[in-house]
Amino acid sequence: MKKSIIFKSILFLAIGTFSLTACKKQLNQTPKYGLNAETVYSDPNNYIQVLAKLYSGLSMTGIQGPAGKGDIAGIDEGFSAYVRVLFNLQELPTDAAVCGWNDPGVPELNKMTWSPETSFIKGMYYRIYYQITLCNEFIREAAEDKLNERGFSAADIARINTYRQEARFLRALSYYHALDLFGNVPFVTEKDKVGAFLPERINRSDLFDYVEGELLAIEGLLPAGAGTEYAHANQAAVQMLLAKLYLNAQVYKGVSKYTECATYCERVIAQGYQLDNNYQDLFLADNHTSSEIIFPVVYDGLYAQTWGGTTFLTCAALGGSMVAADYGVNAKWGGLRVTPQYVDLYTDSMLDSRYLFYRAGQQKDITSLSTFSNGYGFPKFKNKTKAGANGSNGATSAQVDIDYPMFRLADAYLMYAEAALRGGGSIGQGVIYMNKLRERAYGNASFNFGSITLDDVLNERAKELSWECTRRTDLIRYGKFTGGSYVWSFKGGEAAGGSVPDFRSLYPIPTADLVLNPNLIQNSGY
Amino acid sequence: MKLTILRNKVGLLALLFSASFAFGQNATLRGVVKDKNSEAVFGASVVLEGQSKGANTDAEGNFRIDNIKPGTYNVIFRATGLATITKSLEFAANEVKYENIVLLDQIQELQEMVVIGYGTTRTSDLTGAATVITDKNFQKGSLSSPEQLLSGKVAGLKINSNDGSPGGSSTIRMRGGTSISASNDPLIVLDGVPLDNGGIAGASNPLSLINPNDIESFVILKDASATAIFGSRGANGVILITTKKGKDGKSPLKVTFDTKHSLSTIAKYADVLTADEFRTLVNERGNASQIAQLGTANTDWQKQVFHNAYITDNNVSLTGGVKNLPYRLSFGNRLENGVLRTDKFQRNGLSLNMSPSFLNKSLTVELNQKIVQTQSTFANRGALGAAYFDPTQEVRTGNDVYGGYYEWLNQPSGLPNTLAPKNPLGLINQRKDQSTVNRYIGNLTVSYRLPFFKAVKASMNVGTDQSEGKGNVSELATSANGYYTKGSSSAYRSTKGNKLIGAQVNYNNGDKKSKHLIDGTIGYSYQDWYTSSPSNPTYTEAGDSIISQAAANPYYTKNALLSYYARGIYTFNNQIVLNASIRRDGSSRFSPDQRWGLFPSVSAAWIVTQYDFMKKVKYINLLKFRGGYGVTGQQDGIGDYAYIGNYFQGATNAQYAFGGQYYTVFRPDGFDANLKWETTSSTNFGMDLGFFKDRVSLSLDLYLKKTSDLLAVVNVPAGTNFTNSILTNVGSMENKGLEISTNIGIIAKKNLKLDLALNATHNINKVTGLSLIDDPNSKGIFVGGISGGIGNTVQVQKVGSPVNSFFVYQQKYDANGKPIEVGQYKDPNNTGLGKYTDLDAFEDLNGDGIINVEDRYVTKQVAPKWFFGTTLNLTYKKWFASATMRSEMGGTIYNNIHSNNATFQSVNGPLGFLNNVSSLYNVEEMQTTTERQLLSDYYLEKANFYRLDYLSVGYRFDKIPVKGHSFGLTVSGVVQNVFVITKYSGQDPEVGGGIDNNIYPRPRVYSLNLTFDI
Repeated sequence: MKKSIIFKSILFLAIGTFSLTACKKQLNQTPKYGLNAETVYSDPNNYIQVLAKLYSGLSMTGIQGPAGKGDIAGIDEGFSAYVRVLFNLQELPTDAAVCGWNDPGVPELNKMTWSPETSFIKGMYYRIYYQITLCNEFIREAAEDKLNERGFSAADIARINTYRQEARFLRALSYYHALDLFGNVPFVTEKDKVGAFLPERINRSDLFDYVEGELLAIEGLLPAGAGTEYAHANQAAVQMLLAKLYLNAQVYKGVSKYTECATYCERVIAQGYQLDNNYQDLFLADNHTSSEIIFPVVYDGLYAQTWGGTTFLTCAALGGSMVAADYGVNAKWGGLRVTPQYVDLYTDSMLDSRYLFYRAGQQKDITSLSTFSNGYGFPKFKNKTKAGANGSNGATSAQVDIDYPMFRLADAYLMYAEAALRGGGSIGQGVIYMNKLRERAYGNASFNFGSITLDDVLNERAKELSWECTRRTDLIRYGKFTGGSYVWSFKGGEAAGGSVPDFRSLYPIPTADLVLNPNLIQNSGY
Repeated sequence: MKLTILRNKVGLLALLFSASFAFGQNATLRGVVKDKNSEAVFGASVVLEGQSKGANTDAEGNFRIDNIKPGTYNVIFRATGLATITKSLEFAANEVKYENIVLLDQIQELQEMVVIGYGTTRTSDLTGAATVITDKNFQKGSLSSPEQLLSGKVAGLKINSNDGSPGGSSTIRMRGGTSISASNDPLIVLDGVPLDNGGIAGASNPLSLINPNDIESFVILKDASATAIFGSRGANGVILITTKKGKDGKSPLKVTFDTKHSLSTIAKYADVLTADEFRTLVNERGNASQIAQLGTANTDWQKQVFHNAYITDNNVSLTGGVKNLPYRLSFGNRLENGVLRTDKFQRNGLSLNMSPSFLNKSLTVELNQKIVQTQSTFANRGALGAAYFDPTQEVRTGNDVYGGYYEWLNQPSGLPNTLAPKNPLGLINQRKDQSTVNRYIGNLTVSYRLPFFKAVKASMNVGTDQSEGKGNVSELATSANGYYTKGSSSAYRSTKGNKLIGAQVNYNNGDKKSKHLIDGTIGYSYQDWYTSSPSNPTYTEAGDSIISQAAANPYYTKNALLSYYARGIYTFNNQIVLNASIRRDGSSRFSPDQRWGLFPSVSAAWIVTQYDFMKKVKYINLLKFRGGYGVTGQQDGIGDYAYIGNYFQGATNAQYAFGGQYYTVFRPDGFDANLKWETTSSTNFGMDLGFFKDRVSLSLDLYLKKTSDLLAVVNVPAGTNFTNSILTNVGSMENKGLEISTNIGIIAKKNLKLDLALNATHNINKVTGLSLIDDPNSKGIFVGGISGGIGNTVQVQKVGSPVNSFFVYQQKYDANGKPIEVGQYKDPNNTGLGKYTDLDAFEDLNGDGIINVEDRYVTKQVAPKWFFGTTLNLTYKKWFASATMRSEMGGTIYNNIHSNNATFQSVNGPLGFLNNVSSLYNVEEMQTTTERQLLSDYYLEKANFYRLDYLSVGYRFDKIPVKGHSFGLTVSGVVQNVFVITKYSGQDPEVGGGIDNNIYPRPRVYSLNLTFDI
């Protein structure tokens, strides 16, 4: 009897073991529909879609419009859109803009009292590093040896190699923003694979060298300027970024590079871009037809929806007695206005076509940040075409078609003029460039400069490039961002404005990353 | 111990009785069945073996079987919890035999068995913390979901309904949560099949697919020595559900029909300003444009959207046995209307259980089948904000625009203001959201006891749980909400299912009555789960164009779990019990390197009353000490492929264009290749005491649970992953606590009984580690988003503090005890003292002269430190009454209504519309929204409450004769949510997550229940 028990037990175990082996294979599950790095990069036609994600990291907040499935967490998606946080960090702490919302972070930026915890600072920081990590992956996967291994055709390899250079540009662009806003930051390249490691810290000067080196390396590898396919980074975009880098080299690195700045402005200007005839056209729903925009961030009311970007720049500026439909949208968010000091920069107000302030029901002075009627409105971005038609969605939502002009020709003119005044180029040529903008602004030459000063350039930049995310960098270069030499409403926290300590010309490294990465050192003052 | 008390109640609390059908003129058997205390046993079955004849005793213990053919029969007397007696009786023609039967307690004869994971054990052999709750102890009332039966009944088990919606879900927490970001829900096992507790599209609560009426008992396994046998899923405790079954193959057919009719009413409305008060307020404080927006109506918006709702619940069950085939078939129908207009939940369910045995009972088969369908209509939850819609506006405009409902419009366009709230009644009536969910749960267990070696039993268990949810959501094109998109219409469908295969061998020498009892089990199980749903576009209401495209791929996810387990229980002389178990789990959710985990446990019990010296102490009948240690895991809350670097295709409305050509994007998602389950080790010490033959019983448990590899969503170093925050094993947590439960037979007379059951739990939770690098400067993980200001959070996960602690500014108060409000004049007459600043209003805790995030402090926790459940049962002759109370102490609520809906800014609204404010505005303390006002600790309130959950009174009629037959009837009335005692200033102190916003109000429900036994 015992034998039969043993036999039966063995039989039972045998059946059990057999079924277990079958089940064990089930522990290797892979997504049925999903893609992974291997499947994505095995098809040469997929690369453009990964590249599209690298670009849309600037415009979209995730892979679903206008929100949902966000790229970064811990902060509202729309609030943290790349261009929107860039605007918040570059314009809100200046004379150019105030925002009336009490959402955390907004008052701190208006009053220049931010801390390493301020949400928008965290948002910008993580958007930047999200872009860099994504670019690193693409640069790694699109390396020529890998493409050869995958057996792609020569034509595919050449095409993908260009994408790879674009990815290097996008990474350099985000590193430029890191350099400008945060200074001394974590440093990761395509050599650092995804995983648990602690990135090294790079100081501002070394990061300058890295960005410069990358841009110089890819300049010749990208297609030339005007006439290439719209929205791809090209040589002109690289040269613009180099010019910006050189213009601010004194701030970033303590070294003057105005000659290089002027050189690269000239290279941009030689790429064949033309100023648009009407200033306002640059900020309309069909501005993708502009001859002036060198590097846009693309938006669309139907196919590229977000709560950030130009949707924010349009809707947040609407309020008071403005009628939403006049701007091609269905919502007024009642947030953004300008300070009276900014209005005062427009000395020949009514004649300047860049004087786009909305005054009905608005008072010029700001006594309360949260009251929309305090401060002139500035509905510069309009979701209407040149012909006056609505954008693609017929003004039925807040989403707009307007592309954000990250780089445009006018800036190259202005940078050249400034570099020239600072000893890097021909002042005479600078005057000519400045006057091209004046003539467009006024419709004739009657307000042309005979000669120019550095302050003329700064003021001209304020008016020409208003709300185009350069004001903070410009004020810093002129020594006016911090300190008390130039004050505006709520600078430092009080309605009258006041002095702000110098350490605030760099944003702090967010605490969230500082506690995780012991290689990092907080910027001084925080 | 609980069981012992229960046993004493048999015959007094039971609601059902049955009568037999009698024909002919043969012999008759009559008699009475009593227990050892000479009390009548109600509902005992009396069966003639081999004949389809039998009867159940009535409330006096009487039974009668007519029409017995002359002969000799084995008559079996059987009652729940009592030892069965078989008597051989001879019947002559026309004889009327009278039998007086005394059934002794089972424990003295045969040990009571209790279901544990992968087997059963004698109650006395339990070494871990386990509680059995049978239908006698269930919550009474009109309940939609099984977990509600347990609410307030078990120490250590906290069950809170999430809101008052029909078919709504509950939060179930056993001994505090073990996790931050993974699941804190216990594993629920239905008749041996671990349920997928994840949601199914179209059902707000997956458990509501199970009819509470089909449930016989719950066993709640609380400590790791009891749950380690469930390995990687046991960390949050296990609830074993056993459904009702046919008891034996010979019992006569018993039909029970149960019908409940209920009226659901609003217990408490949100307290807001009346229209006149609101007009006065805006006229006093508003600017010209706000005043211009005021209307002339007096609308109570809450009365517009809430109504009294009818609920009916009907169940019929057939129980009996045919030729060694015990069966139970039941059908249940529930129709529950919500107090929010149009909300509706309907469930129809069929349940069949068969448990035949063959080969002289050595081969037993158990088959459980359940088919359920629910149909729900979900009212637009946006209408829950009705209280705050401007009460000065009419409900309807009198014209047809926007469905005829008053709406806030942009001027001069006359188009809906997208930022403004929409007419609450318009929201409800212009949206249709309906779903149907079908679910099938079935399992088959085949057990074979070796005929020549009866100690060994081998069994196979296969089971499956399949569900399909589908629905349609549409919004009218004419509604203000749907205006810009021309309405909307979208359909969804989701299927999910799991299958289970398991086999085990059990050795039990219990039949030999030896001093050494050995019970050993080894086995394995395989289970896999999938969820699949196609991606559908959203159309305009007319269906003529697409508003949002379908995603590129359908959704599909699958995971599998393979496990081996073994357990041994050794009992020496009924005095000492040793229990050890081990389980090895392999999960497809983890990389091959992290895939396998080992979960051991050991425990022991010492039953002092089994020694002779204790048997002399008459008043103590039970003294038992228990102790155990075990390791369990938690893997729910981790994505199925979270360790793999996946790419996902973007939606068509998030594309990028090159040269005007749009491309959908491919995005890599962040991943952690080393992800693994959380591990919780737990230690439990317990003591069970019984006095005066269990008239008073007491259980005490002390526990310590330490979670390591705690899963939390944390930031990753910038630049190292395709995300800035990721779910990863990053910390540790600790729960320690005390559980006390007691049952007291306060009055135990023949006709009058009063029993009190009381349980109390004290739980202390602390996060003990959180970061890859422990940094004292780390502020922790911010959680607890509130309304008012995008991105404001009031809670934090921080090392050294309980999970979900509040993180706020410390409010300062003036000489009159009123909170200081930033921006107000220090002197109301503005004599030049200026206005209060942040420094005046909040404590500068770090003393640096500015108020910023560094001055926020961690204080108070969401979860209660103590919670209690009390049940009183009273029976007087055929009357019975019971009351269940639940209370919580030591928890905290952030009153978001007070902070966000009680300032003048909330009236103002950003642009072009008005909102009503909470009556808390009249507290006149903080009436202005300022930068930090929302984060003031002024809004933290004690969440202590005492709630009378259920109050029921009933009467049991015996034998109502109808046309020669008779049936039993029990009538009872129940009130649910009778009252709440609390100092909390909001609508309801029972708030999930500790942040009070617009909650779906918990209704007060009045029910009439009728139960017929035929």
